[in-house]
Amino acid sequence: MGDRSRLCSVWLGSETGILKGVSLSRKQAFNFCNSSHLTRDQEVRALCWADPAESELLVGSVDGTVKTFSIEKGAFTETRRCGDSAEGCFTGLAALNGSALVTCVECGTLRVWRGDSSEPATELNAGKNVCRMRQSPVHTHKVATGGKENGLKIWDLERPENPVFTAKNLRDDWLDLRQPHWVKDMAFIPNSDKVVTCTGYHQVHVFDPSSPQRRPVLKAEYGEYPLTALSLAAAGNTVVVGNTHGHVALLDLRKGLVRGCLKGLAGGVRALQCHSSQPVVASCGLDRFLRIHSLEDRKLQHKVYLKSRLNCLLLSSQGLEDGGEDTQGEGATQEVKEEDEVWDTMEQVEEAVEREPKRKTTEEEDQQKKSKKKRKKGQD
Amino acid sequence: MEFTEVHVNQDNKYKKRKNKKPETKRVSQEDGGGVEKKEEQKTEKSEPSAAFPSTFSVSEIKNKQRRHLMFMKLKQEKRKQKMQLKKKKKKEREALGDKAPPKEVPKTIENQRVYDETTVDPEDEEVAFDEGTDEFSAYFNGLTNPKVLITTSDRPRGRTVRFCEQLAKVIPNAHVYYRRGLALKRIIPQCVARNFTYLMVINEDRKVPNGMVLCHLPDGPTAHFKVSSVRLRKEIKRRGKDPTEHCPEVILNNFTTRLGHSIGRMFAALFPQDPQFVGRQVATFHNQRDFVFFRFHRYIFKNEKKVGIQELGPRFTLKLRSLQKGTFDSKFGEYEWVLKRHEMDACRRKFQL
Repeated sequence: MGDRSRLCSVWLGSETGILKGVSLSRKQAFNFCNSSHLTRDQEVRALCWADPAESELLVGSVDGTVKTFSIEKGAFTETRRCGDSAEGCFTGLAALNGSALVTCVECGTLRVWRGDSSEPATELNAGKNVCRMRQSPVHTHKVATGGKENGLKIWDLERPENPVFTAKNLRDDWLDLRQPHWVKDMAFIPNSDKVVTCTGYHQVHVFDPSSPQRRPVLKAEYGEYPLTALSLAAAGNTVVVGNTHGHVALLDLRKGLVRGCLKGLAGGVRALQCHSSQPVVASCGLDRFLRIHSLEDRKLQHKVYLKSRLNCLLLSSQGLEDGGEDTQGEGATQEVKEEDEVWDTMEQVEEAVEREPKRKTTEEEDQQKKSKKKRKKGQD
Repeated sequence: MEFTEVHVNQDNKYKKRKNKKPETKRVSQEDGGGVEKKEEQKTEKSEPSAAFPSTFSVSEIKNKQRRHLMFMKLKQEKRKQKMQLKKKKKKEREALGDKAPPKEVPKTIENQRVYDETTVDPEDEEVAFDEGTDEFSAYFNGLTNPKVLITTSDRPRGRTVRFCEQLAKVIPNAHVYYRRGLALKRIIPQCVARNFTYLMVINEDRKVPNGMVLCHLPDGPTAHFKVSSVRLRKEIKRRGKDPTEHCPEVILNNFTTRLGHSIGRMFAALFPQDPQFVGRQVATFHNQRDFVFFRFHRYIFKNEKKVGIQELGPRFTLKLRSLQKGTFDSKFGEYEWVLKRHEMDACRRKFQL
């Protein structure tokens, strides 16, 4: 199991409760679960990395447990009870400073768990019907929440009494009617305080907590169906949004214009994530496919059928290894085997030292493969 | 005077005939000669046609009647050749006897189908688990009995009303209700409270049924179909007597992909699980090129080898437009699959069901 899980670069949580890992270079997908007792209460609702080194995964399931999955061992190592299934399923999960864990459920209880204690260290109420909780990638103690009739709130977990920022609803419309409010997903824009949200009423809003204005500083619309997921591209001024009909588009955050659409999806989008360094975006949803599109030419690069409806998605920050071609597949496996042997012989030395060079080698491989691919394209 | 006139007339006729005859002769000549001779004629007729391409097309003839004539001739010619070729081949096959090469299978877009990776493998544990615990599992485990509510869009007219009535005859335990201008989202909770397992809404456009929403209760999924070529019982030739109230058997054909399986399960759950074989009635959902054909038959075993069937009607064709998770909610519902025209059907050999 361990050597399988180390190959995977994309992790997905499914409705049937199976954690799936996909290795794009070898075009393989693995299931990580004990298939003997599958149940629907194990349905994965949230996924996140437990540590910045990305050696462990946290998996939040519907029955209120958070399981730790070790990538080195390729198995679940720990199970922790974080709330009840009666409170609704997880809407967000985040690791805080390595040891602590932040969970948020649909009914709005946001809890911080420290150490191994069964009681939460801090607990706060973010209002009803929370649809999503997200952690700021830079200031890890900052989280944002939002939901149906529950505007965007930004919380500082070191001062959990009051939110740092609460968004105001939009102005009443020209008939003096109240505008409905439904935050579905949000993301922190890097290098600024701004937060971008998408709503169930097909709007994309940008909020700026540093300015006195509590209403959105930028309003954009896309399509006519509820937007369900959003992800910021690595460059920072583009956001990828997806809706319930499987329409995915790139929006420019400078003017709020649609830059282009990503084609090929058949069903509603549940999760989107852009890679942290490469210009690719991964999407998954009810049509049971993982799709990886390039952000540059918006072409479909990979399409993997994963048999169950997919709820959430996580990319590893290392290269996606998107050079794998069938002809090279065998060679790659051989290389991996050889490497394994090398590492087996080296096992007397410290483990921590051992891992880093390996990653480097994989990256080198990537580059080689990329160059090969480029050459191939050139030939074509 | 008259005589002369007549004579002149006759003369004229004669002349005309004379004029005509060579023409017909010419044509007949062309007949025998085939394509080449025609070309020659063309060259005779007009001098610049010497620069014509070697292949001559009938459409270049400007006289409509003549063009038609020539075209008919060409067609006959082609057909003759084809028949000759066929005969020749048949003779060859007969001559070879058992050693004859196997007959070629004609190429159709179905047997050239692009492989679909979602095709369900019956031994797959994960899919089996997924299907075993989905919304229809209660029906397939025998816990619920289907009960169907059939209604229409607002103010249905003749054909749609009759179509609904006949559908209710086909599906056991189905109740037809007048829509009364109610919103579907308000009907659904009432249906759930009265233990209905399906809500079927027939939409009509200009008095012709053209759409169907099939919503499984209490928690979805909802499928939206296009309905076409509806033939009511009256319009079917050689139909049998009216269907009896027995539960029919159900045949589901060609639902192979994951999406197809969900749709097939949806149709299966419309009918009670144990058919009454006394009724000898069969409802068929046959999927071909993503169109689902519905037929309703009565069969009889004439002897050990022969079976007779008669159609009872109605017959119609369905095409899936979308499959939505949860009960009907076209605005905020999450869609599992939506037909995207020009994107999904760009490849004619790719099928979704």
